[in-house]
Amino acid sequence: MSRSYLPHWMHWLGSPPNFYRFAVALRPWLMAAALIGAVIGLYGGLVLAPPDYQQGDAYRIIFIHVPSAWMSLFIYASMAIAGLIALVWRVKLAEVVAMECAPIGAAFTLITLLTGSLWGKPMWGTWWTWDARLTSELVLFFLYLGVIGLYNAFEDRRRGARAASLLALVGIVNLPIVHYSVVWWNTLHQGATVVLFGKSSIAPSMLWPLLLMALATHLYFFASILGRARVGLLSLEGGKQWVRTLVTTEQAP
Amino acid sequence: MATTATSMLDRTATTPARRAGTLAACVALLRRDFVLAWRRRGELFLPLLYAVIVAALFPFALGPDPRLLGRIAGGVLLVIVVLAMLPALESMFRADLEDGTLEQWLLAPQPLALLALTRVIAHWLTTVLPLIVVMPLLGILLDLPASVFPVLELALLLATPLLVLLGSVLSALAAGARRSGILLALMLLPLAVPVVIFAAGAIAAAQSGMPYLAPLTWLAAALVLAIVLAPLACAAALQIAVES
Repeated sequence: MSRSYLPHWMHWLGSPPNFYRFAVALRPWLMAAALIGAVIGLYGGLVLAPPDYQQGDAYRIIFIHVPSAWMSLFIYASMAIAGLIALVWRVKLAEVVAMECAPIGAAFTLITLLTGSLWGKPMWGTWWTWDARLTSELVLFFLYLGVIGLYNAFEDRRRGARAASLLALVGIVNLPIVHYSVVWWNTLHQGATVVLFGKSSIAPSMLWPLLLMALATHLYFFASILGRARVGLLSLEGGKQWVRTLVTTEQAP
Repeated sequence: MATTATSMLDRTATTPARRAGTLAACVALLRRDFVLAWRRRGELFLPLLYAVIVAALFPFALGPDPRLLGRIAGGVLLVIVVLAMLPALESMFRADLEDGTLEQWLLAPQPLALLALTRVIAHWLTTVLPLIVVMPLLGILLDLPASVFPVLELALLLATPLLVLLGSVLSALAAGARRSGILLALMLLPLAVPVVIFAAGAIAAAQSGMPYLAPLTWLAAALVLAIVLAPLACAAALQIAVES
């Protein structure tokens, strides 16, 4: 028996043809669940939830802003973990997944910055302020752009993916340092209202649409990463036999 | 167990010779970098020239009011140093990658991280130290109060090695890429944010007569951490750059 640190299904899934079929099968379901969740969550947030006693209806942007902000961090963590796997075990699939995480994460970060800016104008009277969380998010955006830029600057995609994975890992060490240094520097942002353990300082009627939106964005991310990684694998493995048989025998799904 | 014990003994037995070899390699590397820098000594003045030009532009853009210039001078000088360091950072490993020297580094018995650290030291001494030396002159040009100069110099002495260490990782990552001019700036920005905050914080605190030791000690702590970790990351990046 060969000694392995990974369960069998992970080895199975790490093989590009298997992952391709897995992604084809799973992606529509995830995407449909994400869309349904987003519709219900937005209805709950924009229509059913009561207006805030202090911020009126303006707070409703929270249902976009906060899930996007969570996703911007979650995707960065996913990218760094995939990057670590790519660097340590040289799994081709992990390289593809890490690199395809970056554009999605950058998009969520941009949404966070833009909605935050729209929210800041009525609440703080300014589009942009050099507050700790805003600055950290902006730095996160630049980290994403750096990863994307480095990946695309290489002729050889696999080398580019490994270099960019290392950059993502450097970034994840850097991110807490940036956050605490800018907190020390300047802060204005409201404190966190949803905490994982203990009592959240948010009404349940506002909480459930928020959590549903967070679930929908996660599902969207998983659907999106499956689709993007599938395309990435196809172009990386273009000359391989399994792609050839796939193209000649199957219609594009 | 017995074999591991003997092999450990063997290792300890060869360590002194190996250590001397490592030291000799680092000294040789330093000497080579100094000679190369000296042969192209005209290039060493380019960052200085750049810094003088940018510093001279600020009074034209903001007006010659000494109070305004004096208030922003500390931060401006810091940003000038960071920007003037960037072009040289890009070419830290590029020539060595192209002529195959990096492959020799990888094959050498000396640890790659140590060679990378040596290169960082050589780079800092040849390209960044002159910048730090001329900063008081630019400070006078921008009406920075003379009492702040020691803190400015101290902050730069702590912040610039930190930036070169961080930059060495990025430069190694970008060495194998096709183009990397603006890319390096993009990658360095997130890493440089805390460094700039603490260095500028120390200068600003000194300027307003407040205690400035805390940000400086933070910088020193970060520098110690970076001296340990950055060469390791740099070595990993160099391995990615060399393998094809």
